[in-house]
Amino acid sequence: MSEISARIKDVIENEPVALFMKGTPQFVMCGNSGRALEALRAAGAPVTAVDVLPDPSIRQELSEVSGWPTIPQLFVKGELVGGADITQELAETGELQKILEEKLGPDYGNGAAERVVDVVSATRA
Amino acid sequence: MPVDRLESLLRDAFPDADELRVEDRTGGGDHFQVTVESPRFDGLPLLEQHRLVNNALAEPLRDGTIHELRIKTKGTM
Repeated sequence: MSEISARIKDVIENEPVALFMKGTPQFVMCGNSGRALEALRAAGAPVTAVDVLPDPSIRQELSEVSGWPTIPQLFVKGELVGGADITQELAETGELQKILEEKLGPDYGNGAAERVVDVVSATRA
Repeated sequence: MPVDRLESLLRDAFPDADELRVEDRTGGGDHFQVTVESPRFDGLPLLEQHRLVNNALAEPLRDGTIHELRIKTKGTM
């Protein structure tokens, strides 16, 4: 397994809410990634973001790990929730909050922050 | 990629679709909104519904022909 692939798995398995996106929460580079991020913000979720743009192999290896072809991809507690449309739809019906509560507990939003993990060099900001 | 090529891929995957629409969102042939209503979605979680659509469009998604895809699925129940 490549280092990038191992770091991708580490983020998926260990971050409560992992969003693989184009850009970062501060500099969103794609409308779909922005929609997923806004849905998570509206639900008050903590977000650990991974920018897939710095290296094309991130996207490739992520899709191999997840079996999902497009970006963004949202994982809650290690489980794929879906892409932008699913995330947005779940947020609109209140289902996203329910999933977050079930998987992370009712206090999931306490001190919720956004951070970025770099899976190429493994630095965290 | 022309809209009718996408439509035919989806038609093959969902021959029983009650509604099947593909919209080229930007006119550039790479940003699409697809809407599929099919009894195959009945009882399936949203994730699996979208997975079926992604599978139908696996080729153009893989080779980058589709740059951005928006999906709306509906069951019939």
